[in-house]
Amino acid sequence: MSTSQATGNTGSNTTISPGGLPSRRNTELAMLVFAVLIPVFAYANVGLAINGEMPAGMLGYGLGLGLMAGVAHLVVRRFAPYADPLMLPIATLLNGLGLVLIWRLDQSERLALRGDGIAAPNQLMWSALGIALFLAVLVFLKDHRILQRYTYISMVVALILLAAPAFFPASEANFGAKIWIRFGSFSIQPGEFAKIIITIFFAGYLMVKRDALALASRRFMGLYLPRGRDLGPILVVWAMSILILVFETDLGTSLLFFGMFVVMLYVATERTSWILFGLLMAAGGAAFVATFEAHVRGRIMAWLHPMDIFLPEDQRPEGLISDQAAQALFAFGSGGTLGSGLGQGHSDLIGFAAKSDFILATVGEELGLTGTMAILLLYGLLVERGIRTALAARDPFGKLLAIGLSSAFALQVFVVAGGVMGLIPLTGMTMPFMAQGGSSVITNWALVAILLRISDTARRPAPAPVPSPDAEMTQVVRP
Amino acid sequence: MNKPLRRIAIFCGLLVLALLIRDNWIQFAQADEYKTHKNNRRVAIERYAQPRGNIIVDGKAVTGSKATKGTDFKYKRTYKNGEIWAPVTGYASQAFGATQLESIYDGILTGDDDRLFFNQTIDMFTGEDQKGGNVVTTLDADVQKAGFETMGDKKGAAVAINPETGAILGLVSTPSYDPSSFAGNSSKDAEKWNGLLKDEDEPMLNRALRQTYPPGSTFKVVTAAAALESGMYDIDEKTDTPDPYRLPQSTTDLGNDGNHPCEDASLRVAMQWSCNTVFAKISDELGNEKMIEYSERFGFNQEHFVPVRAAESVYPEDNRPQNAMAGIGQASNRATPLQMAMVAAAVANDGKLMEPYMMDQLIAPGLSVVEEHKPREMGEIASAENAQKLQQMMETVVEKGTGVPAQIDGVTVGGKTGTAQHGENNEKNPYAWFISYAKTSDGSTPIAVAVVVESADVLRDDIAGSKLAAPVAKAMMEAALDGKR
Repeated sequence: MSTSQATGNTGSNTTISPGGLPSRRNTELAMLVFAVLIPVFAYANVGLAINGEMPAGMLGYGLGLGLMAGVAHLVVRRFAPYADPLMLPIATLLNGLGLVLIWRLDQSERLALRGDGIAAPNQLMWSALGIALFLAVLVFLKDHRILQRYTYISMVVALILLAAPAFFPASEANFGAKIWIRFGSFSIQPGEFAKIIITIFFAGYLMVKRDALALASRRFMGLYLPRGRDLGPILVVWAMSILILVFETDLGTSLLFFGMFVVMLYVATERTSWILFGLLMAAGGAAFVATFEAHVRGRIMAWLHPMDIFLPEDQRPEGLISDQAAQALFAFGSGGTLGSGLGQGHSDLIGFAAKSDFILATVGEELGLTGTMAILLLYGLLVERGIRTALAARDPFGKLLAIGLSSAFALQVFVVAGGVMGLIPLTGMTMPFMAQGGSSVITNWALVAILLRISDTARRPAPAPVPSPDAEMTQVVRP
Repeated sequence: MNKPLRRIAIFCGLLVLALLIRDNWIQFAQADEYKTHKNNRRVAIERYAQPRGNIIVDGKAVTGSKATKGTDFKYKRTYKNGEIWAPVTGYASQAFGATQLESIYDGILTGDDDRLFFNQTIDMFTGEDQKGGNVVTTLDADVQKAGFETMGDKKGAAVAINPETGAILGLVSTPSYDPSSFAGNSSKDAEKWNGLLKDEDEPMLNRALRQTYPPGSTFKVVTAAAALESGMYDIDEKTDTPDPYRLPQSTTDLGNDGNHPCEDASLRVAMQWSCNTVFAKISDELGNEKMIEYSERFGFNQEHFVPVRAAESVYPEDNRPQNAMAGIGQASNRATPLQMAMVAAAVANDGKLMEPYMMDQLIAPGLSVVEEHKPREMGEIASAENAQKLQQMMETVVEKGTGVPAQIDGVTVGGKTGTAQHGENNEKNPYAWFISYAKTSDGSTPIAVAVVVESADVLRDDIAGSKLAAPVAKAMMEAALDGKR
């Protein structure tokens, strides 16, 4: 299964790597050149459109992004030579474009008048930190299976991180979602970090329990029904998601964790019945919360009737308090097929969270349908590489971890993009890599690093029984 | 574990597909709806992103643009003599949208119109800012000013048309408003706007085009046209009418104002002295169906677009007594000042009704003509012979009838007065009407006018078309004739 996948991938490669097997590192390097050049051109484009001249920070930005990408590439080449060649370029491209878009919105007078500060330099710093963490993971995490040791510690840490924001006061400016911990002017979003840590717990836990969960079940109407006591874990995670939703009013995180858990449970046990249970519980939970939480109801109203915000106040549906949803639709619609061009749109009319949750609306308006579809496909490609890594992984823990991280990433993209485009109710989450927000960008770089580590292990030639001295010999006799 | 993994891969693929489909829906299928949505601020931002093109009267712009300091809007609309021209231009306000010519030709004025594509492309290559085109109107500044000034602080409207082409020369509505006063988006602009909305005199109502009034005795011209066209009457034939005339199916007697020879009067005499009895009887004899048919020839029962929409003037189906009263413009039939100007113009133009219009040309920034209005005939209200008989009647009115105050030296003027009752039991001040045309010695008819004055603050007895409305019409006709000389 996994080996055939891996060799199939490398079969046509002519690159000679130190191990004598193709590693695709040069492909990665070539892709990275594009991933750096495209944002640099975009940056120049914004500067020319807004000020009529090349932006002053052009050289610094280009060199900075190039340097970070170059170092990351060298470290991958040295420490994870067989890793997937596409993930790093895609992440770099998305991060680079995100920086350009944030810088573009920094130029907006309208946002400046609202009191939004300059965000691009900070975001650049966070990106650098994210890449540093990426490098650290690759250098120090020699094998992803080491993480298995920390299964239950991860659980405790994740629960603390998830619960923490509930004890901090909600920010008024954030429309009621409590997902932040603030220290003065500095704030972090612990839910983002919890995303990776809880995946480690799920993977470790399910790897141990999968046989019990899968085999000890009864058949009923063609479905394998789990025993009552085996329902325990899914009930706990479900309850946790509901609690997040109720106490932190955070629809996105709640949906993300529950969805990811159901996916991992399904992969671990290969029992379709879990999906059914998961969907039923999600629907039940959603109905329950929608009935009792005014904040969630307001979001649903904004999703169903975005334009009603323009009605006179007494005719507006209850709970509809923001015109963001309508403004985002205006931005997408005004962009049309080809977009207004970078720097020439008015997506800053969205106002609050234009640089973070709603960054995709700027893509929509300024790069148009074409650009938005390209960005969505880039995300899709990154997820696909992650799932491929899961397929290729040789150990169950690696498989579970990879699919957990990939599906979390996929769900997050779907929940944010779907919310901003009005496909599903809006939730307070950030577009991975592109949106303003330190926690998010750091976490996602770490996520990609772990996926690269798993894929390196998976694609590495099967370990020989005896270490290196014989390796040369075996190569020689290979047909 | 790989089978579920592959299924998850398909699931993630479906998620991305759902996003792509949604994206196509909002950015392609629905894009135009969002793009032009009335609450989408980009519409206003685009409208004021560059100096707006101008609305031109007699070669001079009556509008302008000035640069402003604001994040959203670079320019603001200004108006020269805004009060005089507001019924023509409408307004373009950053906060409150646009109406009339400002709205209808927004694409030309902003430069966004597809027909300006060539200019836009050139501008793009030469690096120049997009420019707006101009809208050239048919209006005559002297006629408009004369009308506005003689209306003074009276409430009402006046419309002047060139009968030969249908070109609108004057479009006055009073009280008026200055569109400059709320062109911006500050709190001061909002205050002005709200004040205008609350004003009981409705200054923002375009009375010339959008308000319908009972036409009163001016409608007798239409009834006379119907009488001649039906072949049942002639200009100097006795009409066999009693005075007073008892309305059909009724015990009400209809009398006449003043002491004039209305009994058995011919059409000419009846018109001269505005005999109610004669025209009510004619209307009854022709019947409701015929009266509707003949008034529709003049443009009743349909909306007109000049290109600003004008309200529909009506001559409805009704019972016999009401139909008889409609023959003297005093029942359920109603008309806009524009409609009555069309009546006078069609008579003056020997029966040919020309389509009224006020957009002459749309001009691109490079001065090339994008669109030009060619005069169009809407139809014939009567044969040339009968139309000339109608002219004789209307000229008699001004020569030695109720319309004497509209006489102009050296020019033949035809007219008809009207005093339309309104309010329960005629309690409110009546509407004073006057419709007329002027014919020069060379036989051309450069202008036809309709004037209505609503309950002005004068003594009730003084209210009559000849005293209040005729001077306005006269001033406007003189202005047009002066321009010709």
